[in-house]
Amino acid sequence: MNSMERVLTTLGHKEPDRVPLFLLANMHGAKELGLSLRDYYASAGNVIDGEMRLLEKFGSDCAYPFFYASLEIEAWGGDTIFSADGPPLCGPPVIRRPEDIDSLRPPEVESSPALRRVLDTIAGLKQRLDGRVPIIAVAISPFSLPVMQMGFDRYIELMHEQPDRFLKLMQTNEEFTVNWANAQLAAGATAICYFDPVSSTTNIPRDLYLATGQQVAKRALARIKGPTATHMASGRCLPILGDIADTGTAVVGVSILEDLARLKAAAAGRVTLLGNLNGIEMRRWTPADAELAVKRAIAAAGPGGGFILSDNHGEIPFQVADETLLAIREAVDRWGRYPLDWVQDWTDPGPT
Amino acid sequence: MGGVPMNSQSLSDLITPFRESLESLDRIRAESLFAEALSRVSPIAAVEQLIVPALEQMGNAWHEGSVALSQVYMGGRFCEELVERVLPPSDPDRKHQPRSAIVLLNDYHMLGKRIVYSVMRASGFELFDYGRMDVDELVERALADRIRVLLVSVLMLPSALKVADVCSQLKARGSDIKVAVGGAPFLFDGELWREVGADGMGRSAGDAVTIVDAWMREMA
Ligand code: B12
Repeated sequence: MNSMERVLTTLGHKEPDRVPLFLLANMHGAKELGLSLRDYYASAGNVIDGEMRLLEKFGSDCAYPFFYASLEIEAWGGDTIFSADGPPLCGPPVIRRPEDIDSLRPPEVESSPALRRVLDTIAGLKQRLDGRVPIIAVAISPFSLPVMQMGFDRYIELMHEQPDRFLKLMQTNEEFTVNWANAQLAAGATAICYFDPVSSTTNIPRDLYLATGQQVAKRALARIKGPTATHMASGRCLPILGDIADTGTAVVGVSILEDLARLKAAAAGRVTLLGNLNGIEMRRWTPADAELAVKRAIAAAGPGGGFILSDNHGEIPFQVADETLLAIREAVDRWGRYPLDWVQDWTDPGPT
Repeated sequence: MGGVPMNSQSLSDLITPFRESLESLDRIRAESLFAEALSRVSPIAAVEQLIVPALEQMGNAWHEGSVALSQVYMGGRFCEELVERVLPPSDPDRKHQPRSAIVLLNDYHMLGKRIVYSVMRASGFELFDYGRMDVDELVERALADRIRVLLVSVLMLPSALKVADVCSQLKARGSDIKVAVGGAPFLFDGELWREVGADGMGRSAGDAVTIVDAWMREMA
């Protein structure tokens, strides 16, 4: 099977040849090319080269033309702050006062040089990969974007205290997110990873999710013309997994903070799970730690398909060593082959 | 109920309803429960016996996954307001607590620090709010202010790793400042706080109160 066949099989809740691995080490492309993160992300050509090298080296089952979350904020007129050793971050808020929302207009995808770089990257990868490897593009959900647009504290206050303005902001953001996701699909992305961690029960209670984030997701996903994966970016979601499935998404990205076997049972064949290796802890994993973590995840969620192994955030930290990524890759080759006969007799050695 | 001698010493019957009113953002009910507490005990006792345990329980519930951050934030903000009303702000020097400060290190994500600050204030503590600082600026300032307890919040992993520079520079300058850290990277890697040389780590804003309380006793 090639990567595309492997992924489609697991999405159909059947067992492919082995557990698919989405190794989302996007920043590591800059290391491969010996460039700073700022220079790396300044040109589509770099990211195309970087992604191709990463695929070659680590054999991930997807290409991941995600630059950084703040790229979308650049389209809204904001800035990005780069640093040498970690992900670029968004600068000061573009919505300074709640009243700014009243006159806010969604930016045009085509007129943003930053967004166009991503579209060019996707097109270049599409040409090289020719349908063999899925290209997973990213759109931050309209409901989670405001944390970067206005700050988390102000956004929580807005949600609770100014319901009308909140709705206006959602309408404006939905327009943008849908266009942005569809532009990436048109450029050649196979699917959209819809990052929506504000919806996580880590951040808001379920009743608030049902009244807000879920409604936004239902409307937005219905207008996105391709398959979507909803990512909680390592926030919790067990109590709302069924509610997330109701938004029409195919995949849910889940956290190490929750029991993967229970999540798999709750997914009940309705959504595929993506996760849940701990990227932060990965920084100090030995190859043996990596192997154990991979075995644990596969034992909990691999049987029957409907599972893609990945980190639990949707981005592996820059500090994680190549040797660790290779150890993950090897462990998947070794323990991820279907049928997973070893799982039944395996007992977790517990904390080491 | 108010004024019944049996209840006059304890507010334990009010904690759960107060906590529930905070979680459901029912300000009116929270206000009336706090008023009930004030009718039984002094303002400082009402803070210590009602607000502190309620916020602590909410923090633990957040860490276990049964309460959401939005509830912790809105609840903490409201309690801060209540405390502001009954306990006038005072200078750190005048309180029987070590000089303390809170900072967001090398990061741009203010919410964690803001929540911890609210919960500390709502628990009757006074502390300097340093806002956002990088390593050198923080070390200079903490030394100049003769800080004894430093609370450091981060959200990004590279910022968490920079705590190591803060701790080693402070040590190199002969300071005995105690450093407590918190924020997402420390929740995902339970060993990280030791690795960076911190003296303590809190998993929720309530933990900050517990840690500072314990250190305060040690230092007394
Ligand atoms: C929601 C979320 C998003 C949203 C909003 C982000 C934001 N705040 O700006 C979106 C989708 C936009 C997003 C984007 C990104 N994210 Co994000 N995101 C999250 C998530 C789910 C919650 C973050 C949050 O703000 N929580 C609220 C704060 C207040 O929680 P907290 O830090 O845990 O603080 C609590 C306690 O820890 C404690 N506490 C905090 N400080 C202190 C201090 C002391 C002394 C004590 C005692 C206690 C204490 O009290 C607080 C209240 O209970 C986390 C994962 C998670 N499960 O937590 C990832 C996470 C923060 N994201 C992460 C990253 C990397 C990013 C990006 C950089 C990705 C990218 N390459 O673009 C961007 C950055 C966005 C930006 N600002 O530019 C990483 C950061 C760690 C790392 N790998 O470096 C995390 C931790 C995910 C992970 N597991 O790796 N993200």
